[in-house]
Amino acid sequence: MAINEDILKAEREEAWRKEVRDSMKPKDRMALPRVRMHEVDPNVRNKSYVEVNEGLTLEEARNEARRCLDCPNPGCMTGCPVEINIPKFIKNIERGEILEAAKVIKQTSTLPAVCGRVCPQEKQCESKCIYNKQQKEPVAIGYLERFTADYERESGKMAIPEVAKANGIKVAAIGSGPAGLTFAGEMAKMGYDVTVFEALHEIGGVLKYGIPEFRLPNKIVDVEIDNLRKMGVKFEPDFIVGKTATMNELREEGFKAFFVASGAGLPRFMNIPGENSIGIMSSNEYLTRVNLMHAADKAYDTPVFFGKNVAVIGGGNTAMDSVRTAKRLGAEHVYLIYRRSLEEMPARKEEIKHAQEEGIEFMLLHNPIEYIADEKGRVCQAKLQVMELGEPDERGRRSPVPVEGKIETIDVDMVVVSVGVSPNPLIPNSHPDLATTPKGTLEANDALQTTRSDVFAGGDIVRGGATVILAMGDGRKAAASMNDYLQNNK
Amino acid sequence: MNLIVGKEHFSENVVKLEIEAPRIAKARRAGHFVIVRVDENGERIPLTIAGSDLKKGTITLVVQRIGVSSDKLTSLNVGDKVCDVVGPLGQATRIEKQEGTVLCCGGGVGVAPLLPIIQAHKAAGNRVVAVLAARNKDLIILEDEVRKSADEVVIMTDDGSYGKKGVVTVGMEDVIAREKVSEAVIIGPAIMMKFGALTTKKYNIPTIVSLNTVMVDGTGMCGACRVTVGGKTRFVCVDGPEFDAHQVDFDEMLRRMAGFKAEEQEAYKAYIDKK
Ligand SMILES: Cc1cc2nc3c(=O)[nH]c(=O)nc-3n(C[C@H](O)[C@H](O)[C@H](O)COP(=O)(O)OP(=O)(O)OC[C@H]3O[C@@H](n4cnc5c(N)ncnc54)[C@H](O)[C@@H]3O)c2cc1C
Ligand code: FES
Repeated sequence: MAINEDILKAEREEAWRKEVRDSMKPKDRMALPRVRMHEVDPNVRNKSYVEVNEGLTLEEARNEARRCLDCPNPGCMTGCPVEINIPKFIKNIERGEILEAAKVIKQTSTLPAVCGRVCPQEKQCESKCIYNKQQKEPVAIGYLERFTADYERESGKMAIPEVAKANGIKVAAIGSGPAGLTFAGEMAKMGYDVTVFEALHEIGGVLKYGIPEFRLPNKIVDVEIDNLRKMGVKFEPDFIVGKTATMNELREEGFKAFFVASGAGLPRFMNIPGENSIGIMSSNEYLTRVNLMHAADKAYDTPVFFGKNVAVIGGGNTAMDSVRTAKRLGAEHVYLIYRRSLEEMPARKEEIKHAQEEGIEFMLLHNPIEYIADEKGRVCQAKLQVMELGEPDERGRRSPVPVEGKIETIDVDMVVVSVGVSPNPLIPNSHPDLATTPKGTLEANDALQTTRSDVFAGGDIVRGGATVILAMGDGRKAAASMNDYLQNNK
Repeated sequence: MNLIVGKEHFSENVVKLEIEAPRIAKARRAGHFVIVRVDENGERIPLTIAGSDLKKGTITLVVQRIGVSSDKLTSLNVGDKVCDVVGPLGQATRIEKQEGTVLCCGGGVGVAPLLPIIQAHKAAGNRVVAVLAARNKDLIILEDEVRKSADEVVIMTDDGSYGKKGVVTVGMEDVIAREKVSEAVIIGPAIMMKFGALTTKKYNIPTIVSLNTVMVDGTGMCGACRVTVGGKTRFVCVDGPEFDAHQVDFDEMLRRMAGFKAEEQEAYKAYIDKK
C-alpha cells in the first residue's frame, strides 16, 4: 500500500486545508510548546488500576494540532506502519472537525483508541517529524490520535462502517488479537460472513490478557468488539482451532478461507538453575492471572502471588507492565533487571518514564544466573551477574558481556521472567501442511498467503513478538489478499 | 455455556458430570483433558475427560471436591450450565500393541482419566490388568466400568475395607511378580505416581504418568504448568499431560503444586463460611 502522492498533494491544496495552514505562520507554530499529557499522580496511581494517562482537552488538542506545519512531504506518514494520513487528521483537529479527523484515521487504522495508547510513536511517526531536525520535541501525534478516537467514542456518534451486501462466503479468523479483529472488520465490510475463533474465554488477545488496565482499559477494546458484532462478525470463544476442530473440519463446514492470527503466545524462560522454584513465573502467567482472571480481586477465584520484593527480568513492554503491576499489588521493592543499558531498552519510552516515576528500581546491566529457594521451594534470592557493554555488533547494538567475577545477590520472594515469547505452536503443530520458518513462525509471502492457498497469516505468528499496529496492518492486508483470492477462485 | 445433562455421586465428595460439548466429544482421544471455568468469577481448572457420548454430544468429567472451584462445580445440578469448557487439550495417549501385560494403576479420582486408556489398550488387543487404589471402599470409583474393559482388576485400600489392604505399589508388585508387564500407566495423586514410578523403575518397565499440575490457560501460553522432565522444562498442557514416569522430577512438581496451597485453603475456608 504505497502512499498515493498525487492524492495527498491534491488534498493538501483543498481550500479548507490552505485556509487552516495559512491561519498561522510556521514560525509561530514552531514557537508553541509540546502539550503535556495529564497523568494521575505517580504515588496515587501506583496503588490503583486507574488509567495513568488522562487524555487531552479539546483546547489542548487543538493547540497541539497548531504545531503541525502540514509539511508538503510529511515524514511522519512514512514512519507510520499503516500510513495514516497524519497531517490531514491533525489539520481537521485544528479546525475543530474532530469526527472528520476520526474518519481520516479510520481509513487506514481500525483501532485508533488502542494504537493511540500503545504504539511506540517515538520510534515511528513522531521520530520522523520535522521538529526533530530543529532539535525540538515532535508534534504529539500519538496523543492526538488517542484524543480523536476517545472524542469520537464519547460523542456517541461513533460511525459503524458500512457493510456491503452479504455475499454468503464464510471465512474465519483464528485468534482475536489486533490482527484477527482488524481482519474481521475488513472482511465484514466487504460482505463476508466472518467468524473469529478464540482459544480463551475472552475476545481481544494480548489487548485483554496482556496489556494492563492502567494502560489500556478493557472497555476501550470492548467498544471495538461490539462494533464488529454490529457489523455481523461472529465470535466463538473457547474454540481452539487444531484441537476443538481442525481447519479441514471447518472447511467441511463451509469455511472457504482462513486467517491465522494466533500470536506469539509461548513464553521463553532462561533455563538457569532454580527457575522452576515457587514464585517464579513468566510475565504471561503473571499478567494473565491479574488481567484476564482478575486474580488480585477477592471476588475472583484465581490466586496470584503478592510479592514483597519482586524482580522482573527483561526490558520490553511486557516487563514494564509486569513491574508496574507488581507495584500496584503492593510490592515494597520492585526491581527491573535488564542486561543492557537504558538506551537499548525496547519498551516504549513513556512506559519507562512511568515506571521510573512510580518507584520501580532499575537494575541495568544485570543478568540473573541462578535462583535460590527456601526449604519450601519458594524463591528467596536471585544471583545476578553484572554486565558491561561490549563492542557494537553489525547492527550497531552493543551487546552485553559479563564482568568477570562480579556477582550480586538480592533478596526476592517473587520473580517474573519477561525475556520474550515464541510463536504459538498450536496451529503449526496441528496443521503440518503449513510451512514454518526455523524460528517457528508461519511462512507467508508478501500477500500474507501461507503455503496453503486458502490460508493467510499475520501478526505475531508471522513476525514473532512485534507490535499492535503491525498486527493490525497485517489484518488489513490479509483481508485484501483473501478477497482477491476468493474473487479469483469462485 | 455448556449444559449439564447428567450427574451421579460416586461418594460424598466425588461426582461424575455429563456435560454437553459436542465438538469436544467428537475430537477427544484417551489422555485428553479440558479446561473448565465454572462461572464468571471462576478460575480455569484442568479436568481429564473420562469418556464421551458421540450421539448425545457429551463428555464425562469426574470431579473431586477439594477447593473452591471443584466445590462450585460439584454443587451444580442437571440443567445448570458451566460457563466455559474448552478442549480437548494435551497430547493423546500413545497406544501400541504390547507383548506382555499393560498394568494400569489408578489412585482415587485418577481412575476416571485411566478408564479411557484402559479401553484403548483393550481395543488395541492388549492384556490389561488394572490396580485401583484408594483410602477406603467408598473412594473406589468406576469399578464396574473398569471391570468391563480390563482382563483383571486388583483393588487396594489403605484400611483394608475392600479388596486387599495396602497401597497401590503392593498391588503392582504382585502383578509384576507373576506376569510379564510390558508397560505401566499410573494416574493419581502426585505422591502416588512418584512411588508407583519408583516401583516400575526397579523392574525397568516403561511407565507413563499423567500429570495434574496447576494450569491457567492450558494452551501453552503461560508456563504455570511447567515441570522438569529428563532435565528439561516441559509444559504439561501442550507437551503432556503424559510423560515418561522415570524422567519426571516429582519432588519439584510436588513443591510447585503446593505453591498456592495457603491461598487456596484460605479461599476455600472463606467460601465455606459464606455458603
Ligand atoms: C504484556 C504485553 C504488552 C505489550 N505492549 C505493547 C505495546 O505497548 N505496544 C505494542 O505495539 N505492542 C505491545 N505488545 C505486543 C502486541 O500486543 C502484539 O504484537 C500483538 O498483540 C500481536 O497481535 P496478534 O493479533 O498477532 O496476536 P495476539 O494479540 O497474541 O492474539 C492471538 C490470539 O490468538 C489466540 N489463539 C492462539 N492459538 C489459537 C488457536 N489455535 N485457535 C484459536 N485461537 C488461538 C490466542 O489465545 C490469542 O488470544 C505487548 C505484548 C504483551 C504481551
Ligand atoms: S497452563 Fe499455561 S502454559 Fe500450560
